[in-house]
Amino acid sequence: MAAEKRVVFKSSWLPWVLIAPQVVVIAVFFFWPAAQALLQSTQQSDAFGTSVEWVGLENFRNLWNDESYLASFKTTAIFSVLVATLGLTLSLLLAVFADRVVRGSGVYRTFLIWPYAVAPAVAGVLWLFMFAPSIGIVSYGIRQLGLSWDPLLNSTNAMSLIVMAAVWKQISYNFLFFLAGLQSIPKSLIEAAAMDGARPWRRFWTIQFPLLSPTTFFLLVINIVYAFFDTFAIVDAATKGGPGKDTAILVYKVYFDGFKAMDLGGSAAQSVVLMVIVVALTVVQFRFVEKKVNY
Amino acid sequence: MQLNRRALAIAALSAAAFTVPAQAQTDIQWWHSMTAVNGEWVNDLAKEFNASQKEYRILPTYKGSYDESMTAAVAAFRAGNAPHILQVFEVGTATMMASKNAIVPVGKVMTDAGQSFDPKAYVPAVAGYYTAPNGQMLSFPFNSSTTVFYYNKDAFKAAGLDPEKAPATWPEVALAAAKLKSNGHKCPISISWQGWTQLESFSAWHNVEFASKQNGLAGMDARLKINSPLHVRHIENLANMAKQGLFVYKGRGNVPEATFVSGECAMMTTSSGFYGNVKKNAKFNFGLAPLPHYQDVPGAPQNTVIGGASLWVMAGKKPDEYKGIAKFFGFLSSPEVQSASHKRTGYLPITTAAFQLTEKSGFYKQNPGTDVAVNQMIRKVTDKSRGIRLGNYVQIRAIEDEELEQVWAGKKTAKEALDAIVKRGDELLERFEKANKAK
Repeated sequence: MAAEKRVVFKSSWLPWVLIAPQVVVIAVFFFWPAAQALLQSTQQSDAFGTSVEWVGLENFRNLWNDESYLASFKTTAIFSVLVATLGLTLSLLLAVFADRVVRGSGVYRTFLIWPYAVAPAVAGVLWLFMFAPSIGIVSYGIRQLGLSWDPLLNSTNAMSLIVMAAVWKQISYNFLFFLAGLQSIPKSLIEAAAMDGARPWRRFWTIQFPLLSPTTFFLLVINIVYAFFDTFAIVDAATKGGPGKDTAILVYKVYFDGFKAMDLGGSAAQSVVLMVIVVALTVVQFRFVEKKVNY
Repeated sequence: MQLNRRALAIAALSAAAFTVPAQAQTDIQWWHSMTAVNGEWVNDLAKEFNASQKEYRILPTYKGSYDESMTAAVAAFRAGNAPHILQVFEVGTATMMASKNAIVPVGKVMTDAGQSFDPKAYVPAVAGYYTAPNGQMLSFPFNSSTTVFYYNKDAFKAAGLDPEKAPATWPEVALAAAKLKSNGHKCPISISWQGWTQLESFSAWHNVEFASKQNGLAGMDARLKINSPLHVRHIENLANMAKQGLFVYKGRGNVPEATFVSGECAMMTTSSGFYGNVKKNAKFNFGLAPLPHYQDVPGAPQNTVIGGASLWVMAGKKPDEYKGIAKFFGFLSSPEVQSASHKRTGYLPITTAAFQLTEKSGFYKQNPGTDVAVNQMIRKVTDKSRGIRLGNYVQIRAIEDEELEQVWAGKKTAKEALDAIVKRGDELLERFEKANKAK
C-alpha cells in the first residue's frame, strides 16, 4: 500500500459531471425511497392515501409493544446466520472443486450458475413442492427413511425448508465470485507449495483461503443483505411465516403488512428499522471483519 | 371440434369488433381477480353486456390475486388512473369502507343514474354485509360463497358409514373420523380457511358473537369475542382430534383443498366455491352437507357468513361513466344473469328471485348438494350472524392462522391461543378505529 497515485482534476466541475449519473441513480433508487419510507413511517393513512395523519413515533411504538415483532428479530438472526454461513461454505466448496475440474468445466459452471436466474418466489414454490408433506417427492423419501417431516407444524422443519431454498438461490452468485477469486490466484503460488510438499487441504487453507478473503468478505456482506431483504418471496411461497410466526423474518412482515394488509405506515416503520439494522451490520462488518482481510 | 368452433367464434367476434364503425362509446375499466373457469365467466359477462347495448363498453382486466389487484388499484388511485370498478375480497371490505374519498357507494351510483334499485331484492346475509350502518349499499355483491362441509362417500362406505348421511354435529364428525381412521384412513378430516370456517362461520352458525358491535357491522369500536367457552370448547375438541390423528392440519387458506380432491382427506370444511373443482377433478363420489354444529347450543344452526368478493366503484370518474356502471350492475342483478352465473360457478345467487328461478329450473334436484350453501344463507339473520366486518382483517386472519397452528402443534392450549387472538386482534382493531376516527 505504498505511494498511492493521486489524480487531480484541473477543472472544478468535470468531476461532478462525471459522477453525476451515479449520484442520480443512487438518489432515485435509494435516497428517494428511503426518504419516502422515513416520511411514511411517521404517518397513518387509509389504503388509498386520501386521508393522512401525522402520528409521530406511534408506528414505532406499536412495533415495540408487539411481542411477536420482537420475537422475529431472533428468527431473522437465526435465518440470516444460517443462510450466510451455509451459502458461503457450500459455494466455496463447489467453487474449489469446479476450479479443479479440467474437462467439461464449462458445463459444470453453467449448471452451478443457473439457479441464479430463478426468481425467489419460484425457488420457494419449487422447494415447497419437493418438501410438501403430502405430495412432495423429497418428503416421501424422508418418510421412507422413518423420519418425520412436517414443515406445516414443526418449526425446525419449516426453518430448514426456507433456509435451503434461500441458500440454493444464492449459491450461484457466491459460486461465481469464489470461482473468479480462485482463478485470480497465481498458479505459481500453488505449484510452489505443492513442490514444497503441501497437500491439497493445506494448500487451500494456507494459500487459497487467505488470498480469497477480500471475496469472502464482500460475499459475506452481500449475503447478509440478501438474507435480510431479498428473501420475503421465498418465505411467502413456502411457509407464509408459519407455523405460528416461527419463520416470519422481519422483511416478510414488512412485505405482508405493506402489500397484503395495506398498513403502509406500519410497514414503512418496519422498513426503517430494517434499514437501520442493515446499515449497522454493514458498518460493523467493515470496521471489524474487514481487518482480517488481506488485500 | 369444440375448439374449432370456439376459434371460429372468436374470429367472428374480433372481425365484428373491427367492422363496427367507431362510435362514441364510453369505456369502463373493470379490474378483477378471477382465473381459469371463473375468468372466462367474467369475460363472458362483459361480452354479453357489451352486445346488449351500444353506449358503454365494459373492459375486464385480470390484475392478479385479490390482494394483488387491491394493491394495484391503490397504486393506480394514487397516480390518478384507478379503474372504474374494482373487485375486492370480503376481508378488504372494511378497508374500502374506510376509504370514503376513494369510493362511491353503489346505492348512490344506482339512484343517481335513475337505475331501478331495490336493496331488499338481495339476499339479506349477502347484501347486509356490504351495506353501511345507515342502510346504504356500498358495494355490489358479485361472487359470494359460504362455508360448507364436503365428504368422500366412497371412503364413508368403505369404513362402514352411511354414505348418504353426512355427520350433522361435531361429535358425529369425531365418531365418523374415528371409524375412518380405524379403517386405515390417514387423514379423516382436514380444514381449509381455518379462521373463516372454524371461528367466523362457526360463530354465526351457533349464533354467538365473533366480535362486539354486531361483529363490527355497527361500528368501528368492535372487539373480538372468540375466547368464549363455546369457542374454547370447539378448538379444544379439534385439538384433541388432531392429537388422535383424526384431524390432520394441511396448511393455511385453501391449500388443504387439494388433499380432499386427491382422496387423501375424507372430510373437509371449506368454501362452497370449491364445488366446481371437486366435481371436475375428484375420482370418487362426494357429498355436500351443511357445516356441522353442536346440538346443545340454543339457536344453532343459524346461518353461515359469506366469503368471496364484491365490486366497488371508484371515485373521481365522469358522470356518464357512472351511468354506464349503474347500467352494468342492473344487468348483473337480473334474475336470468344471476341464475346462470350461480349454476355456472357455484357462487351464491345474490337475489332471492335468482334463487327461485334456479329452483324452478330443477337445477338443485339434478345436482344434489348445490343448494346446501344457498339454504345456509337464505335465512332470517340475527345481529350476531349478519356478517363479520372488521378493520385490519387481513392481519387478523393471519393472527388466527398463527395462533391456531400453535394449538395443532400442541404448543398452546385452545384457551391460550384464543386469548392471544383476542389480545393481538384487539390491538389491531384499536389502531384501525383510531386511524379512521380522525377523519
